[in-house]
Amino acid sequence: MMDLALVYLALIACGVLMYVLLDGFSLGVGVVAPWLERDEDRALAVKSLSHLWDSNQTWLVFGGVALFVAFPKAYSLVLSELYLPIILMLIALIFRGVAFEFYFKSDTSRGWWNFSFSFGSILATLSQGLILGTLVQGGVEQGRLEWLTPFSLLTALSLLFGYGLLGSCWLVRKSEGRMAARSRVLARILLLCVLVSLALVSLGMLLTQPQVAARWLHMPGILLLAPVPVLCAWVSWSLWKMLGDKNGHDLQPLGLAMLLFLLSFVGLVAGMFPYIVPGQLTIWQALAPESTLIFALVGIVLLLPVVIGYNIYNYRVFAGKTRMEDGY
Amino acid sequence: MLDAALLSRIQFAFTISYHIIFPTLTIGMAVYLATMEGLWLKTGREIYLRQARFWQKPFAITFGMGVVSGVVLSYEFGTNFSRFSEIVGPVLSPLLSYEVLTAFFLEAGFLGIMLFGWKKVSPKVHFAATLIVAVGTLLSAFWILAANSWLHTPAGYTIVDGQFHPESWLEIIFNPSFPYRYFHMVFASLLSSSLLIAGVHAYYLMRGKHREFAKVGLSFAMWALMVLAPVQILVGDMHGLNVLEHQPVKLAAMEGIWETHSGVGLRLFAVPDQENATNHYEVVLPNVASLVLTHEADGEIQGLDAVPADERPPVAVVFYGFRLMVGLGLLMLALGALGAYARWKGRLYDHPLLLRFSVAMIPAGVIATLAGWYVVEVGRQPWLVQGLVRTMDVVSPLPAEQVATSLALFVVVYTLLFGTYIYFMRKLVRKGPDSGGAGEKNSVTSSEDLLPVTLNPDYHGREGESAEGISTALNKSGQEG
Repeated sequence: MMDLALVYLALIACGVLMYVLLDGFSLGVGVVAPWLERDEDRALAVKSLSHLWDSNQTWLVFGGVALFVAFPKAYSLVLSELYLPIILMLIALIFRGVAFEFYFKSDTSRGWWNFSFSFGSILATLSQGLILGTLVQGGVEQGRLEWLTPFSLLTALSLLFGYGLLGSCWLVRKSEGRMAARSRVLARILLLCVLVSLALVSLGMLLTQPQVAARWLHMPGILLLAPVPVLCAWVSWSLWKMLGDKNGHDLQPLGLAMLLFLLSFVGLVAGMFPYIVPGQLTIWQALAPESTLIFALVGIVLLLPVVIGYNIYNYRVFAGKTRMEDGY
Repeated sequence: MLDAALLSRIQFAFTISYHIIFPTLTIGMAVYLATMEGLWLKTGREIYLRQARFWQKPFAITFGMGVVSGVVLSYEFGTNFSRFSEIVGPVLSPLLSYEVLTAFFLEAGFLGIMLFGWKKVSPKVHFAATLIVAVGTLLSAFWILAANSWLHTPAGYTIVDGQFHPESWLEIIFNPSFPYRYFHMVFASLLSSSLLIAGVHAYYLMRGKHREFAKVGLSFAMWALMVLAPVQILVGDMHGLNVLEHQPVKLAAMEGIWETHSGVGLRLFAVPDQENATNHYEVVLPNVASLVLTHEADGEIQGLDAVPADERPPVAVVFYGFRLMVGLGLLMLALGALGAYARWKGRLYDHPLLLRFSVAMIPAGVIATLAGWYVVEVGRQPWLVQGLVRTMDVVSPLPAEQVATSLALFVVVYTLLFGTYIYFMRKLVRKGPDSGGAGEKNSVTSSEDLLPVTLNPDYHGREGESAEGISTALNKSGQEG
C-alpha cells in the first residue's frame, strides 16, 4: 500500500520547488531591476517576464491548494499563525502583478510602475523568507511577533539574494550586450552574497535545531548528506567561472543557479522530514481523509504533466532574447 | 472594541466582492475575443481582427486585476477561517485543486501567447490560445461555483469527528443548487461584458469616432443583450425556485416575508425591521409572490418566523440587494428591447436614446452581479455551510489588531488600485482602436502594431499558411473606406 502522506509530501515539495525556481527568477528580476543601468533596461526586464509571470505565480496557488488538500490541519495552522507575513506577501504580489499590466500602457507613470514592480518583488521575497525562517525554526505562538527574529531575518535576506541571483541569470539569458554584461556582474555579486548567507543559515540551523544537527552530524546521515555541501561548492565555482566570461554561455548560468537552489532545498527538507509544520505536526498527523487524497491525486497525476507540457511550449514560443518590439 | 471575527468577515466580504468584479467581466470578454478572432479567421474581414486587438487590452488589465485579487482569496480561507479550512477542507479543497489544474494554469499558460504571441505563432495557433483562455475562464467558474454551491446545498458527505468527509464526488460537485448558480453566473458575466462592450461602442458612435469599428461591436452586443437578458431572467427565476426549495429562510428574506401564510403579496418596497420582525412602509402587490413562487394565488410560503431569530439573515441587505439586482435586470431587458426596435427601424447606430442608455448601463451588469452575490451570501447567514456550520464558529482565533491592520491595508491598496484600473480603462477607450486604414481619421498609433502575423517579415509561416487571405482582407477593408 502506497503511503499517500509521502506521495503528497513529494508533490507539495515539487510544487514549492517549481514555485521557488520559476517565480524565484521572476521576483528576482524585480529585486535586481533597480540596479540596472537605464530605464530601457528595466522596461526590457519587465517585458521578458510579461508572458509568463502569471504561470510562474500559479505554482504558489498550486502549492497552497495541495497543502490544503493533503494536510488541512497544517494549512489552517500555518496560515493563521503566520497571518501578517502571509498577508504582506499577498499584498506585495499585487504590487508586482499589476506592474506588468500597467507598465506598457502608461506614458507618464513608468517610474511609478518600476517602483511598484521592484517594491512588490522585494517585499514578497522578504515575506516568503520570513515565513520560511519561522517555519524552519519550529512555528510560532499565535499573535506574537515571533516571525520577526534574527534567524528569520537572515533567511529573508538569503532568499532575497537567492532570487536576485536567479533573476540576474534570467536577464543574462534574455538581454544582450551592455545589459547582459551588467547582469553578469550583478549575478556574481549576488552569488557571493548567497554563499555567505547560506553558510550563516546552515550554521544557525545546526546550532539551534538539535533535530537538524543530529541528522547532519551523525552516522548515517552525515554520509548521505555530505554530498550536498560538496555539490553546492562545485556548482558555485562553475557558476562563478561561467559568469565571468562575457561571451560564455547565457542559459547555463540560470541552470546552475537553479541547481544551487535545488541543493539548498534538498538540504532543508532533509532536516525537516517528517514534519510538515516543524516541531508541531508530522505529515501523518495532519493527513486528510483517503477519499479526498485519492480524488485530488487522480486529477494531479492526469493533469500536471499536461500543465508542464504547455508551460514548456509557452517558454519555447518566447525563447531567445527579448526584444522591445514584440508587443500587443 | 472591534471583534476579530467580525473584522475577518468584513475583510473576506470586501476582498471577494472586489475580486468578483473582474472575473465577471473577463469570462464574457474572453468569449467575445474568441468570437471576433474566429470571425476574422472565417471571413478574413480585418474589422474583426481590429475588434480582437482592441478588446484584448482592456481584457488584459481586467484579467490581471482578477489574478492578483484572486491569489489573496485562495489563502484567505486558511488565514482568516482556519477552523473552516480544517473541518470543511476535505470536501472543498479538491475542487479548488481541480480549479488550479484545469483553469488557472490553462489561462495563465495561454494568456501570454494570446497577448504577446501575435507575431510568434500562426493565426490558427493564436486563435486556439484565445479559445483555450475562454474555456479556462468557464472552467474556473465551474469549480468555484461548485464549491460555493456546496456551502448552500451541501450533499455527498458524512461527518466524522466533527470533520466533513467526502462520500460521493458527483453529489458534492453536482449538488442541488449548482446547475442554477453556474448558469446564472455565466449569463451574468456574459451580460456584464455585453453591457461594457455595447457602452464603449455607443460612446464612439455618439462622438462620431471609429464608426465602422463601433458598428460591429454595438451590433454584436445588442444581439447578445436581446437574447441574454430574457434568458437570464428565466434562469434567475429557476434559481429562485431552487432557493425556495432548499433555503426557504433566504427566500423569505429576499421577499421580506416575516410570517408564514398563504396568498403572499409581492413587496415592491418595504423597510425591513429586523428587531420587531416586521416591515414598514410596504408597497405590496397582493398574492403575486405566491403566484410566482408556488404558481397558485393562495399558495403558502414559509416566513422568517419558521426559524428562531438567531438563525435569520440580516433581512434588509438581502431584501434590497434582491430588488437592486432585479431592477437592473429589467433595465437590461429594456435596453435589449430598445436595441431590437432600433435595429428593426434601421437606426441602431444613430438612435440617440439607445446610445445614451447603453453608455449609462456600462456598470449595470457588474453592480447587479455584486447585488446578487450579496443576496446569496448574506442570505445564507448565520450559516457558512447551510444548517451545519455557523460562520462565527469557524473564524481564525486571531488578535483583532492584526486583522484590523490587514483590513486597512486591503482597503487602501484596493482603493488605489481600483482608481488606477478605471484610469487605464478610460485611457484605453479614449485612445480607441488602432488604425485599420479603413478611412478613419482619428487613428494615432502606427499600423505596424496591427500587422497580422503572416505579414510580419520575421515570421515564416508554418504548415504552409499563405498570407493571401489576410492581404485580401486588408485590401478589402481599404476599399470600404
